[in-house]
Amino acid sequence: MKIAKSVVFAGLLAIGASGALAQAPAAEASNAAAAPANEAQAPVANAAAPAADPAESAAKVAAPTPLKPEAHIGQPQSKEIGFQEQVTANGKYALWFHNGILLPLITAMSLFVAALMVYAMVRFRRSANPTPSKVSHNTLIEVIWTLGPVLILVGVAIPSIDLLAKQFKPAPKDALTVKVTGYQWYWGYEYPDNGVAEYVSNMLPPEKAIANGEPGLLGVDNRLVLPVGRPIKLLATGSDVIHSFSVPALWVKIDAVPGRINERTFTIDRPGVYYGQCSELCGARHGFMPIAIEALPPAQFAQWVASQGGSMTKPAEAAAAAE
Amino acid sequence: MTTITGDGLHGDHAHDDHHAEHKPAFFARWFLSTNHKDIGTLYLIFAIMAGLIGGAISGLMRIELAEPGIQYLQIWARWSDGPEASLDQAYHLWNVLITAHGLIMVFFMVMPAIIGGFGNWFVPIMIGAPDMAFPRMNNISFWLLIPAFLLLLGSTFVPGGTGNGAGTGWTVYAPLSTSGSPGPAVDLAILSLHIAGAGSILGAVNFITTIFNMRAPGMTLHKMPLFVWSVLVTAFLLLLSLPVLAAAITMLLTDRNFGTTFYDAAGGGDPELYQHLFWFFGHPEVYIMILPGFGIVSQIISTFSRKPVFGYLGMAYAMVAIGVVGFVVWAHHMFTTGMTVNVKMYFTAATMVIAVPTGVKIFSWIATMWGGSISFKLPMIWAMGFVFLFTVGGVTGVVLANGGVDDNMHDTYYVVAHFHYVLSLGAVFSLFAGFYYWFPKMSGKMYNEVLGQLHFWIFFIGVNLLFFPMHFLGLSGMPRRIPDYPQAYAYWNGIASHGYEIMAVGVVFFLINVFWSLAAGRKAGDNPWGEGATTLEWTLTSPPPFHQFETLPVIDDAAHH
Repeated sequence: MKIAKSVVFAGLLAIGASGALAQAPAAEASNAAAAPANEAQAPVANAAAPAADPAESAAKVAAPTPLKPEAHIGQPQSKEIGFQEQVTANGKYALWFHNGILLPLITAMSLFVAALMVYAMVRFRRSANPTPSKVSHNTLIEVIWTLGPVLILVGVAIPSIDLLAKQFKPAPKDALTVKVTGYQWYWGYEYPDNGVAEYVSNMLPPEKAIANGEPGLLGVDNRLVLPVGRPIKLLATGSDVIHSFSVPALWVKIDAVPGRINERTFTIDRPGVYYGQCSELCGARHGFMPIAIEALPPAQFAQWVASQGGSMTKPAEAAAAAE
Repeated sequence: MTTITGDGLHGDHAHDDHHAEHKPAFFARWFLSTNHKDIGTLYLIFAIMAGLIGGAISGLMRIELAEPGIQYLQIWARWSDGPEASLDQAYHLWNVLITAHGLIMVFFMVMPAIIGGFGNWFVPIMIGAPDMAFPRMNNISFWLLIPAFLLLLGSTFVPGGTGNGAGTGWTVYAPLSTSGSPGPAVDLAILSLHIAGAGSILGAVNFITTIFNMRAPGMTLHKMPLFVWSVLVTAFLLLLSLPVLAAAITMLLTDRNFGTTFYDAAGGGDPELYQHLFWFFGHPEVYIMILPGFGIVSQIISTFSRKPVFGYLGMAYAMVAIGVVGFVVWAHHMFTTGMTVNVKMYFTAATMVIAVPTGVKIFSWIATMWGGSISFKLPMIWAMGFVFLFTVGGVTGVVLANGGVDDNMHDTYYVVAHFHYVLSLGAVFSLFAGFYYWFPKMSGKMYNEVLGQLHFWIFFIGVNLLFFPMHFLGLSGMPRRIPDYPQAYAYWNGIASHGYEIMAVGVVFFLINVFWSLAAGRKAGDNPWGEGATTLEWTLTSPPPFHQFETLPVIDDAAHH
C-alpha cells in the first residue's frame, strides 16, 4: 500500500511539478486561483504516469505553488568574485570568518611578501648595491618570523574551531529529518518521520529550466522541500558510488557515501530556492545532477507534506496513521 | 687512484685519465645508461614530452570550458569511442581527460623532471660524488617510466565503463573505480601507477644511499647545498608514502578482479578506507612535487643575490619539518566525508601548522635577497616569480585548511586554483628556473635571454589569467570536474580559457629557446653566473666531464652553501 502510494507520488511529482513550474507565471497572476489550478492539473499528470492508479492518486491537499527562484540569491551570479549570500546562521558565521578574517589576512600576507620583494629588488639591485652583505644569520628575526605566524594562526584557529563546534552541534529533538540518497545520476529525497516516501529529483533539460525562469543545469523536476526556521537533520548516503550533496547558499557540503549515513544540521532562515550541484566525481553525468532546495514557511511546508500524503505529527503517530 | 679490474664492468676505466671523452656508443649510452647525467637528461626529455601531452589535454579542457554548453566533447568522443559515440560517452571522455591530465602532470611530468631530472643531474655533483650509488638501479628507475606511461596512454583506448578510458579522476576513488568502472581501462591505469611508483621507490632508495654514503670529504650534512637537502627529504617522503599508495591500489585491483571487498560496504569494507590510504600517500606527494623546487629556488636566489642562503639551518630543517608534518595532515583532503568533529578539528589545526615552516622558507628567501647584489638574470626572475606565486597559492591553502570553511570550498574551483598556484605556478616555475639555471651547465650552451624573458612574461601573465579567476568561480560555487556549467560561470571561465591561450604561446617560446640554444647558443663558460654560484657543479666544465670527481674534491671548513 505504502509502496504503491510512493510510486504514485513520485510520478505525480515528476510530471506535476514540472508542469506546475511551467505554469508558474499564470498561477502567480491569479494568486487565489493558484491552488485549484494545480489540483485540476494533478489528474492529468497522473494519467500520464504509467504506474498511476486514478482512484488512489487524487491528492487530498494541493501542493503549494512552487516558489520562483530569485536571481540574487541561492544561485551563482555572473562575474561574482565572492561567496553566495548565506541563509543559515552557521553560513553567515563562516562567511564572516572568511570575509572578515581570512580574506583580509591572506591578502595582506601576499601584499606584504610582494612589497618586501619589490623593495629588495629595487634597493638591492646590482647597480644600486654592488657589494653584497655577508649576513646569513640573525637569530632574532628568525624567531620573530617563526613565532609571528604561530600567533596569527592561533588567532585564526579560534574562530575556525568555534565554527566547527557550531556546525557539529547535534540536531535538537524537534529537527526535521530528511534523507538524501545519491544515485547515478539523480538525487532521492525522503522524509522518514513524516511518512513521505522517497521521490527522485532529476535535472530539467536546460532549455526547460530556463523557460521556467530557473538557471539552466540547476533547475530540477522535483525540489527538496524544506521548512524555514526549523532545524533540519540531513542524512546523506550513496546508493552506487560516492556523491556529494552541496548547496553553497547553506554552507553545506556532505558526501553521500555508499554504506555510510552522514549527518548535517542546519536551519534555513528565509524562504527561497537554493541551488547546488553534486560535488564528488561520480561518473559520466556527474555535472548533471543538480540540487534544488525549496524553503517554505512552516504552514506551507505542512501543506506540502500533506499534499504528499504525509503528516507533520510525530513518527509513531504517523506510522499508525499510515496503517 | 684505486684501480678496479677483473669485474668486466669497470675495466675500461682503469687506465684512463681522459675518461671524459670515453663515451659509449649511442645505443649503449642512452638505452643502457648508468651515467647519472645521461639518465638525468633522459628524465628531462621524457618530462618535457609528457608535459606537452598533459598540457595539450588541459588545452582540450579549456576549449570545452571556454563557453557554456558542450561544443567539442562529442566530436572528440567520435574519435575515442567510434562514430556512434553517445552523449554519455562524451561526458565520460571528459572524465578521462581530467584523469589523464592529473596523472600525467603529477607522475610523468613534475616528478620525473624535478627528482629524476635535476636530482640525478646535480645531487651527485653537488655532494662531490662521481655518480649515484646504484647506477644500474638508476637506469631501471627511468626505464620503468616508459611502460608506465604507455599503460596509462593505452588505457584510454579500452573500455572503462560508460566509454573508453579511465574516468575516475587522478584520485581513483572507490567505488567509482571499482564497481563504477567495468572494463580494463582502470586496471591498466592502476598498473601504470604501480610501475611508476616502483620506479620512484627505487630512485628514492638510490638518492638516500647516495647522499648518506657518497659525500666528498668535508661535505658534512650541514654543508650540503639546500637542493641536496630537499631531494633527501623528498626521497624519504617517497620511500614512506609510495608503498601505501601501492597497497591502496593493489586492494583496488583485487576488489575489481578477485571479489574482495576492501572498499565495498556490502562486504564489510569501507570506501573511506581508500581515501585515507590514498591521501596518506597523496599529501606527502604534494610536498614531493614542491620540496625539490624549494631547493632549486634557494640555490638560485643565493647565486643571483651573491649571498649565502639566509638561515641555512632553518631552511634545511623547515623542509624536514614540512616533510614530517606532511604525513599527519592527510584528511584535510576529506573534510566533507563525514568525519567526526574532533577529527576535523585536529586536521584543521595540524594543517595550519605547515604554514609556519613554509613561512620560514619564504621569509628566508626574501632575507637572502636582502642586502644582496641582485642581478635579474632569467633563472632569478623565474625564482622570484616562484616565491610570489607560491605565497599566493600557500595562503589560499591556509583558508582551505579550516574544516568549517572548507565545507563550502571543497571540490570547487577554489581548490583547483589553490593547487595550480602551488603546482602549476609553483613547482613549474621552479622547474623552469632550474632549467634555465642549469641549462648552460648541462648543455655547455647559453640559452637565449630574450626568448627566455618572453617565455617568462607571457607565461606569467597567461597562468595568472588562467588560474586566478578560478578562485572566483570556486567561491561562487562551481564544482570541479564538470564539462559544462550554468551560464553564471561563463564570464570567468571565458577569461581562464584566454589565459590558457596566452600561456601556450609562452610554452612555444620555451621550445624555440631550447632548440635554438642547443643549435646556436653561445658557448657557456664553466661558471656563467659569477661569484655567487658557489656549489660544486660550477667548478666543473660545461658540460661536465662524462665522469666527474674521479679524484674527490675536498670541502674545506670555510666553504658555505
